[in-house]
Amino acid sequence: MDFLRPGSWEEALAAKAEHPTAVPIAGGTDVMVEINFDHRRPEYLLDLNRIGDLYEWGDDAGDVRLGAAVPYTRIIEELGGPLPGLALASRTVGSPQIRNRGSVGGNLGAASPAGDAHPALLAAGADVEAASVRGTRLIPVEEFYTGVKRNALAPDELIRAVRIRKADGPQQFSKVGTRNAMVIAVCAFGLALHPETRTVRTGIGSAAPTPVRARAAEDFLAAALADEGLWESGAPVPPALARQFGELAAGACNPIDDVRGSARYRRHAVAVMARRTLGWAWDAYRGRERTARCA
Amino acid sequence: MRVNFTVNGRPQQADDVWEGESLLYVLRERLGLPGSKNACEQGECGSCTVRLDGVPVCACLVAAGQAEGREVVTVEGLAAYARHRAGRPPREDPAELSPVQQAFIDAGAVQCGFCTPGLLVAADDLLEHNPDPSDADIREALSGNLCRCTGYEKILDAVRLAAARAGEAG
Repeated sequence: MDFLRPGSWEEALAAKAEHPTAVPIAGGTDVMVEINFDHRRPEYLLDLNRIGDLYEWGDDAGDVRLGAAVPYTRIIEELGGPLPGLALASRTVGSPQIRNRGSVGGNLGAASPAGDAHPALLAAGADVEAASVRGTRLIPVEEFYTGVKRNALAPDELIRAVRIRKADGPQQFSKVGTRNAMVIAVCAFGLALHPETRTVRTGIGSAAPTPVRARAAEDFLAAALADEGLWESGAPVPPALARQFGELAAGACNPIDDVRGSARYRRHAVAVMARRTLGWAWDAYRGRERTARCA
Repeated sequence: MRVNFTVNGRPQQADDVWEGESLLYVLRERLGLPGSKNACEQGECGSCTVRLDGVPVCACLVAAGQAEGREVVTVEGLAAYARHRAGRPPREDPAELSPVQQAFIDAGAVQCGFCTPGLLVAADDLLEHNPDPSDADIREALSGNLCRCTGYEKILDAVRLAAARAGEAG
């Protein structure tokens, strides 16, 4: 094994071009587990810890451009305003020690269907900035996941950043696990209300081979909210509507039975989480509308 | 490969380090610092918690090469680290413990002791940033450290004791 230690992003891209089998390592919270357990013996480890750019985030028009290696702890502390869904999801990642090292870039690189960031990225809307010596391309996050632990990166590409739409309305995240801390999701659900476009977006984790959006549920809910004039009135979402939204979300799942839960349980849990996150987010939206109207 | 870094304030050099080796292995097996414990090797148990440039991390998930040029504090260096942080001169008695270590002993928070080093590093970091933590703060800060003796209540007592003593002293 060789340990490659680029000092700049350009050097990292050059190293990845020269050694396409090199495994990038930043926080190490996935890669080192595989090495410790002898599940992986990469020819090259490509250490990204020295590349300061990857640890920065900035505003980019309506997006937050989040450096690939910004740890979850900093997302929680610094980005709860523009990225509330991702900040909520970040709070559920592993433990303080893991959140101090793990990052969204790592979640995307590993592309586990259970990665906690994925539902929030899908719900907010995001593009993955994939770079190589050939140039940079933006991959819509829903096209980034190509299979269980597989993604759309070419062998010479590295994740530079994720461009995530800033919230224009309330966002929520929910996750089912056996306890509060250090839990890999049995399944998870992210929801974002987008009042500016009168749309709703969702993300489902760990209930299909890849993270997915529940598009039928999104379309149904957007149409129903518009039909009933709820965006304008700020009235409560009728329970039957919320229930149907949940059922449609469950319909977007394609889960498996495994040690963490059965397929049937996952479908049921996704329906419940969809209904509940809608309730929480809609309450926040209504509160906001009321405040705006009173002012 | 060779790795140069600072451990508990002292420059250290480890030779013939395998590229896939963890920081934990280097600390324990190459530098003779067995305080950080090796248990799950997957970031679940927290028994290998150390400070890396001040940040609590699982040493089992840091590749040794990633520690190059960095500063590591292990449980062995906790007493000196705490004294330095308090602006006190280096201790004369090498057996003197850090306040959080003393509180663990006084509260009976040590059973088999295997999880203790990681808990001490995590608890010390908590009190550094939050001198008067709520019970929820303590539970959250220690949620990455497992005690399979299940001695959690005494561990919570110890952190409360350390915080109370620091409050009285301050």
